[in-house]
Amino acid sequence: MKEFTYTIKEPVGIHARPAGMLAKEAKSCQSTVTIVDKNGKAVDATRLMALMGMGIKCGDTVTVRIEGADEDTAAPAMEKFFAEHL
Amino acid sequence: MITIQGKGVSAGVGVGPLYYYRRATTEIKRYTVEDTGAEWHRFKGAQTGAVEQLGQLAEQARAEAGDEAAMLFETHQMMAEDLDYEEAIEDRITNQKMNAEAAVADTAEQFAEMFAAMDDSYMQARAADVKDVSQRILSILCGVVQGGIASDVPVLLAADDLAPSETIQLDKTKILGFITAGGSGSSHTAILARTMGIPAIVGVGDALKPEYEGRQAIADGSTGALVVDPDDDTRARLLKKREEQQRLQRLLETLKGQTNVTKDGKTIRIYCNIGSPEDVHAVQVNDGGGIGLFRSEFLYLNSSTFPTEDEQYAAYKQVLSDMDGKEVIIRTLDIGADKQIGYFDLPKEDNPAMGMRALRLCLTRPEIFRTQLRALFRASAYGKLGIMFPMVTSVWEVREAKKLCEEVKRDLKHEGIPYSEDVQIGIMIETPAAAVNSDRLAKEVDFFSIGTNDLTQYTLACDRQNNDLGRFYDPHHPAVLRLIKLVVDNAHKNGIWAGICGELGADLALTETFLAMGLDELSVTPRAVLPLRNAVRMTDTRESAERLLAELDADYTAR
Repeated sequence: MKEFTYTIKEPVGIHARPAGMLAKEAKSCQSTVTIVDKNGKAVDATRLMALMGMGIKCGDTVTVRIEGADEDTAAPAMEKFFAEHL
Repeated sequence: MITIQGKGVSAGVGVGPLYYYRRATTEIKRYTVEDTGAEWHRFKGAQTGAVEQLGQLAEQARAEAGDEAAMLFETHQMMAEDLDYEEAIEDRITNQKMNAEAAVADTAEQFAEMFAAMDDSYMQARAADVKDVSQRILSILCGVVQGGIASDVPVLLAADDLAPSETIQLDKTKILGFITAGGSGSSHTAILARTMGIPAIVGVGDALKPEYEGRQAIADGSTGALVVDPDDDTRARLLKKREEQQRLQRLLETLKGQTNVTKDGKTIRIYCNIGSPEDVHAVQVNDGGGIGLFRSEFLYLNSSTFPTEDEQYAAYKQVLSDMDGKEVIIRTLDIGADKQIGYFDLPKEDNPAMGMRALRLCLTRPEIFRTQLRALFRASAYGKLGIMFPMVTSVWEVREAKKLCEEVKRDLKHEGIPYSEDVQIGIMIETPAAAVNSDRLAKEVDFFSIGTNDLTQYTLACDRQNNDLGRFYDPHHPAVLRLIKLVVDNAHKNGIWAGICGELGADLALTETFLAMGLDELSVTPRAVLPLRNAVRMTDTRESAERLLAELDADYTAR
């Protein structure tokens, strides 16, 4: 399992558009990508509405967990995605 | 005859029967199903249909309005296929034996409530997205036809307001004009109407009564008046107005592909001002000869960090390639004053219009400037590029900026990256200092482009943003016009060209004066190209600029 934390910089937080892009990105990995918010609530990143329902805002810190066969390549890819889009 | 006053947001006169937009009202029937497998299958079929429709809408939106508009429908696509949403529907069908319509409606309600309950106004608004997506699936399940207009003849389409997904799938051959109870000049309906070139009136409120359905009406999009059951005089008057507008429109259409040659045989370049790569489409439709001002700020404003060299390069390259060899003049970063960006961390200023903005900022923070210049020169290999610097006052600033250009070119050559050696370097003339100093500045650059909005603000010491200063902020002021003439004279004395890229360039009352002064280029908003071409073709540039200016002086003084 790989894991990193990230503080959201996108001004409106994980809103519809970035959530859609994140879900798409997560679907493209073989590994399971899980987003954990500051209260410990965990959501599968491929689930768009649940992701939006977390209400993650700018400045919130989340933990991203990547677990599966391709985790060694998927983890840096997710990290890059977060840095670029969120 | 009934006259209803709204706000005209798209000019033109439309005549025809009033017709109210038929929103797909789907009454949800509820019943218990026995064959839950078949019902689930029925849902999956409707879901697939909805995803396909949304895919088509996304493509259509991309073609009509760009990637940003398409993303809305792509997000709706993902919502329609969302696993939680699907599982909630599956549970209702399989375990609670609900029919597909009821299962979708209840699930939509459940998710909409979840969003509505969040303490975030943005997310609360997403409740409408879930309902919009679900409505689409329900329409397919209930067999409703999309489109909203069941009329054989074209109509004046009335509605409370139209959602983006509704406007985009309207049968546009059936619409003579739009009338909406709500809405504003920037609503989707208004934008669509202007793109289609048909009249639109918004904000008529509840004066628009359901019983007017089917009655003859005339919408005048320039005055915002809707006349139901017009009397003969009104009808004749508005029909005449429509005829005049159509005649003008036809005249302008015939000017497409024509040259901008004056009566005495001088060719004037009419270029366009744009703010993003998507605007190139409007330049092409309106037959602009090039791009005289491409504001590069969009790259910085649409980003939460500094745009990288590669991001900038891609955007510039796209515009240069799309313009297919026609000249494209890109203005380097003009941030500061009325355009502030958080991540630049600029200290707050009491008087930002006279502060750390545009070229001043770029010379103070050369690392930002260098990234942009590298992206520009790399893109120069793909078309005919000009670069211009905003907010210049002194020769030394221009020399310093040019030195950075030379360094960037030297680095690129070193790295074996291709760039063009024929990039023209110019400056904006928008301060009185630059105008008065233009004979010296002309020796440093290939062209001048006069930014009349700022030149007026700085010459008249009049804040553009302050609406109360209305009659004091007047670009027809003799001081502004005399400065423009001085700039053109100094440009020509030194063998370089001069243009205008401010709003004044499209002011047809001044076209004759500008051409008499000898301006070589006018860069205007795309839809002003053809009216300006019309004016240029009727002008004789041998008229004396001094005489015309003296007349304008007298007019101004006599106010």
